[in-house]
Amino acid sequence: MIDNTDAVKLLDSKRNDAVFVATMNANNVNFGLPTITTNEKLDFPVSGAMSKASSVALGLALAQLDRKVLCLDGDGSLLMNLGALVTVSDKAPKNLVHVLFNNKVYAVTGGQPIPGSEKVDWVGMARSAGYASVFSFDNLEDMTNGIDETPAAEGPVFVHLLVKPEIENTPVQFRTPAKRTVHNAINDLSETLGVKR
Amino acid sequence: MATQEVILHPASVVAELKNNNISHVVWLPDNETNFMYQLLTNEPTLDLVPVCREGETMAIAAGLWVGGKRPIVLIQNTGIFEAGDSIRGLGLDVNQPLVMLVGYRGWSRHGLTRDSAARFIEHILHAWGITYYLIETDDAADRISLAIEEAERTSKPVAVLVGTEFGS
Repeated sequence: MIDNTDAVKLLDSKRNDAVFVATMNANNVNFGLPTITTNEKLDFPVSGAMSKASSVALGLALAQLDRKVLCLDGDGSLLMNLGALVTVSDKAPKNLVHVLFNNKVYAVTGGQPIPGSEKVDWVGMARSAGYASVFSFDNLEDMTNGIDETPAAEGPVFVHLLVKPEIENTPVQFRTPAKRTVHNAINDLSETLGVKR
Repeated sequence: MATQEVILHPASVVAELKNNNISHVVWLPDNETNFMYQLLTNEPTLDLVPVCREGETMAIAAGLWVGGKRPIVLIQNTGIFEAGDSIRGLGLDVNQPLVMLVGYRGWSRHGLTRDSAARFIEHILHAWGITYYLIETDDAADRISLAIEEAERTSKPVAVLVGTEFGS
């Protein structure tokens, strides 16, 4: 299994000018994208609407066809928005990389197992939904060696990562708040993309 | 007594979308907007984004909006009920100026409706503080422009309830 933080660090180190749309565990302020990012103005943290990071990423990819968009998704989140796999493959944006952090639990609610955690074949599901390219890594060495292939592959790309669960047990109101609001993030991202309001 | 044909043609709606430079229609088909499909797919200035469930629409629209496009959502009132968390989290909370064209299943001007989709929808929109307009005929189609102007002026979602099935 891959350490959650190591996976985010590796993806961030390869991002160039890619937009990152992150959900839940991948977006945790203690060990996820907010503590690691090297270009927070291109980050869109989506935790305000459960499971919808993949849909936001699809919209951004369709709006910014010349820029890579990486969705940092979670297995619990994707289960809540499973149709998005087909919606994405139907529009088939070549610039979208959908990265699934599979930790087999609802990590931000205390670590309860997700339904089907030991049965679901995410790689098979992405292939069957129609993603053009599908990758899977279950250790950091393989991920480090193979991750450079993913941006060059035909999109939409699906990258399955088997990661160690980082369990969050702190009640929501006592957790470390994000230093950026979603409004800051949206304004920064739009401005960086050259979008005029 | 002469009767006047009262009908909403999809061309009137598409013309409103084009006049307002709408770039994407994020939608899930329904009876009320069924006749729109052919016209939308044939309109080169509008990119159709079909979804599997309505909650995806506001999130896809959020991404399009942040990325500089001008999307609109087209779903049925039953989809509004399903999409509550997306409307809250990626519409209201992020100040997305999103216009939602909503098929008003069960709507009737002639007394009570037995369809709970119709009975609840306006109460739900009131609860969220979402302004809405009703269109039933071509004469009222320009309320779509009003809704788009209001959404952009207030930076909030606005609904347009389509209270009739389209004529072909």
